[in-house]
Amino acid sequence: MADLVPLLKAEHLTMRFGGVVANDDITFTLEEMELRCLIGPNGAGKSTFFKTLTGQLVPTSGAIAFRGQPIAGKLSYEIARMGIGIKTQVPNVFNGLSVRENIWLAVRRKATPRAQGPAVDAVLQMIRLTDHADRIVATLSHGQRQWVEIGVVLAAEPELILLDEPAAGMTDEETLHTAAIIREINQTRAIIVVEHDMEFIKQIAKKVTVFHQGRVLVEDTVDKVLADQRVRDVYLGKKVAA
Amino acid sequence: MTIRFRLVAQAVAVLIAIIAIVLIPSVIELFAMMQLTLFAAMAVLALSLAFIWGFGGILSFGQTAFFGLGGYAYAISAINFQDSTPSILLAIIIPSLFAAILGYFIFFGRISDVYLGVITLTVTLILFNCVNSTSGDEYRIGKALLGGFNGIPAVPTFNVPFYPDQILSPEQSWWVTGGTLLGTFLLLRLLLSLPAGRVIVAVRENEVRASLLGYDPRKVKLLTFVLSGAIAGLAGALYVNWGAFVGPTIFSLSLSAEIIIWITVGGLGTLLGPIVGCVLIEYIVAYIGSQQALNSNLVLGAVLVVFVLLLPKGLVPTARDLLMRLVPAPKPKAQLADEQLTPSVAASHMAGAE
Repeated sequence: MADLVPLLKAEHLTMRFGGVVANDDITFTLEEMELRCLIGPNGAGKSTFFKTLTGQLVPTSGAIAFRGQPIAGKLSYEIARMGIGIKTQVPNVFNGLSVRENIWLAVRRKATPRAQGPAVDAVLQMIRLTDHADRIVATLSHGQRQWVEIGVVLAAEPELILLDEPAAGMTDEETLHTAAIIREINQTRAIIVVEHDMEFIKQIAKKVTVFHQGRVLVEDTVDKVLADQRVRDVYLGKKVAA
Repeated sequence: MTIRFRLVAQAVAVLIAIIAIVLIPSVIELFAMMQLTLFAAMAVLALSLAFIWGFGGILSFGQTAFFGLGGYAYAISAINFQDSTPSILLAIIIPSLFAAILGYFIFFGRISDVYLGVITLTVTLILFNCVNSTSGDEYRIGKALLGGFNGIPAVPTFNVPFYPDQILSPEQSWWVTGGTLLGTFLLLRLLLSLPAGRVIVAVRENEVRASLLGYDPRKVKLLTFVLSGAIAGLAGALYVNWGAFVGPTIFSLSLSAEIIIWITVGGLGTLLGPIVGCVLIEYIVAYIGSQQALNSNLVLGAVLVVFVLLLPKGLVPTARDLLMRLVPAPKPKAQLADEQLTPSVAASHMAGAE
């Protein structure tokens, strides 16, 4: 029975801001352990969708269920406690605190005091910031702060991880490392990634959902989506053709 | 090793502070000691705002509301019970309850920071006007006449706990007030080094991130607000003990503004700075008052402008930065990081390093 309930199920989700419809009747299902990429041009409603999933916005209508539990309209901290973690588009970190403290604040919600130290060290190693652990986050480069936020999200050990443009502002080498980390955490948890970088998508993606003007345009494997003429028209044209 | 050095340095500093508090009555004159007692009571009030503003990130203009409530709660119950033991407790409990109710509506109603300032300011004004208009025999609580704008004179001062006959001497009052200041300072330092304190700072740093990690910012801010109200209430009791009098001017707006100046001068985001700022400013105000040559409000305004323009970080953080530049740092990397800090970041860094 248990595996019949999808990890995440959004049904007829609509989010309106006055006259603007940011999400229009979206139905979206994610299975346990799945890795899904969300793509779409700017303004397609990807970040709005993430915000409704994490309680930062209350959807105008529609339902969201996380493991069968309704979450639409719940507060951010309640949803976070249920096991959804998010890296937001604009880095949301504790700028005035050290890297170590940022990670620790995420770890301590779940780990016992004795397990906290090793858990923090493991995350620091994974995001390769062990040498910068005692630096104040505000003094780090944009790419490194992206890493801090990814580390904070991983450290909280959520069941579902949402990553909004994780590779933005990173060098090619850093992007490769991000892709490696995403594949690694996907061994144990489900992930949804929003990304514009098609090379990055190709490295990690299995199934891709394309958003366009607030609606789901296509949902298929990465190869089929990239070959789809409608997708090329609305978004990819230049990059894939090149 | 640096951690051990820091701990030893802190222990030595605390020891010096204890010795100073103990020895002051035998070193200085009675008048100066009374003045120091007042400054210490005010410094506890400064700590209450230093905590909520510098570490909770909440600029409350209403600290004098809790200060005044604490003062009145102490005065009214001391007159009724003729014993300061329960009165001091009430001076903490009543402002805390008031802060809990007010804070519940502010934080759970998701009122933004600007309106929080407006609301706390307005509440202070309302309390001032209410208490100010209670002259007449009909306004009494038990044996205590509220007295309207004349206030409540001849409030019994502190006695030895549970021995109402043994009133504290001015020396003993100083020890209690100075000791309370040191104790409040140490308790806040301890709290800020514990996980609960780190969460308070985290919510100040980034409320969205804190809630996305599963912390409830409303609850954290409410607890910060209540604790800060409790400290301000305790300061009110200390203040009334000093003067044996409480009047509605305890709720005055000029005092609200003065606390903000103490903290700006001493250094926002530190606990030591506001104490230094408070004592320094209060000393200057008292000195000017005795000279009659200058208007103290004018001087206060000038001091604030000078500090905001020239020393925006405040005295204590600036002194610490200078000291760090003079002493060769053992870790060059750490020093590099420190030098790149913006003022606000440096202030928060103090949370762990002060």
